[in-house]
Amino acid sequence: MVSQGVGSLGIISIISVFIGAVATIQTAFQLVSDFIPKSIVGGITRDSTILEFSPTISALVLSGRVGSSIASQIGTMRVTEQIDALEIMGVNAPGYLISPKIIAGVTMIPVLVIVSVVLGLLGGYIACAASNDVSTQDYITGLRDSFNPLTVSVCAVKSVVFGFLITSICSYQGFYTSGGALEVGQSATKGVVWSCIMILFADLIVSRVML
Amino acid sequence: MIEVKDIYKSFGDNDVLRGISSVFHPGKNNLIIGGSGSGKTTLLKCIVGLHEPTKGDVLFDGQDFTHMNFEERVPIRKQIGMLFQNSALFDSMTVEENIMFPLNLFTEMSKSEKLDRANFCLERVNLKDKNKLFPAELSGGMKKRVGIARAIAMQPKYLFVDEPNSGLDPKTSIVIDELIAELTEEYQITTVVVTHDMNSVMGIGDHIIFLYQGQKWWEGSNKEIAHTDNKELNDFVFASKFMQAAKERL
Repeated sequence: MVSQGVGSLGIISIISVFIGAVATIQTAFQLVSDFIPKSIVGGITRDSTILEFSPTISALVLSGRVGSSIASQIGTMRVTEQIDALEIMGVNAPGYLISPKIIAGVTMIPVLVIVSVVLGLLGGYIACAASNDVSTQDYITGLRDSFNPLTVSVCAVKSVVFGFLITSICSYQGFYTSGGALEVGQSATKGVVWSCIMILFADLIVSRVML
Repeated sequence: MIEVKDIYKSFGDNDVLRGISSVFHPGKNNLIIGGSGSGKTTLLKCIVGLHEPTKGDVLFDGQDFTHMNFEERVPIRKQIGMLFQNSALFDSMTVEENIMFPLNLFTEMSKSEKLDRANFCLERVNLKDKNKLFPAELSGGMKKRVGIARAIAMQPKYLFVDEPNSGLDPKTSIVIDELIAELTEEYQITTVVVTHDMNSVMGIGDHIIFLYQGQKWWEGSNKEIAHTDNKELNDFVFASKFMQAAKERL
């Protein structure tokens, strides 16, 4: 949990602030009509951050950081016979090695996504404060206007699903590694690639079902 | 006692083991020898259940291990200790934690009892005061000895050793061989060693089976091996000029 959660906090924080800032600037750039209130920028940034940017982009980044680490750790244990040693001792190796990682994934990745949402919205605020496109007052008004709690539920479901996908796919790839160092690297790559693909599929399915 | 009955193992079209049978007795160093690719490690993995044989049975004191499910195998596995070719110590744990690992899982011992047992095992393999080191800080020979200490932590009835001398200098190899032989005799363990080290064969081979092209080609003891007329075995054991000269002196 510490490795997946605290260890990923730095990269998630940096990415989230920048994504929130960029989303705000680009939304403001596209909404130049006098008929549209400036506060709508805050609303669009909020919804896009909660619904898509924070859960999906965080998950894609975490599949690289956490997923590759899981696949290479378990893969190395496989090729150095540490998993065989567990099995010889009568330990259920998948249960012993993979279950804690999945539990950590489905608990810590949602926490990281919550942090990411908060920092993304903060990034938008900083972008407003640093430019004259939208005032910070308008931005905050936009954040508060017509908030739909369903977006938070969608975000929560996505982050749990993504956490499960990253940890289970990468654990699987690591567990069934055979060969040596080259194959461990290949397993880590496969784990990340498959996680990213499945995250995008799951993103589509959850959005379609819940929205 | 371990009984291996007519074991076959294939990987796709590749028949690695072809009808191997033997009996491994307690208190004896049972050696499986053979050239590279002869099926030694595959046979060992079939015996311990890391590979499922295509055909045949493995019996641990009369219990059919091959056809047991995972849960049924656990009581027998608790009685198995194994030293792997690369020691297979858990990287993230210290020497002490590695040895205490099976004790933590399968015993009700208190922490101090487990520590005492770990210290006893370490002392037994001449590695006193190395408790807090990580595997990465140990030499190859020390890793093997920690592997043996972990393997004997649960006082096993069966000890399996895969290539105990690989990557070790001759002197350390002899130390490891002698340690395996001492433990086997002291605790009356059924020990099965896969090796192609001739010092091990001549030094501790109470019972030897020689595999050739996936079949049991010869069976006997280290005393008999020097006088066999089996061509393939002679070609394997006495391949070097040194061993040929040693044979002539026998």
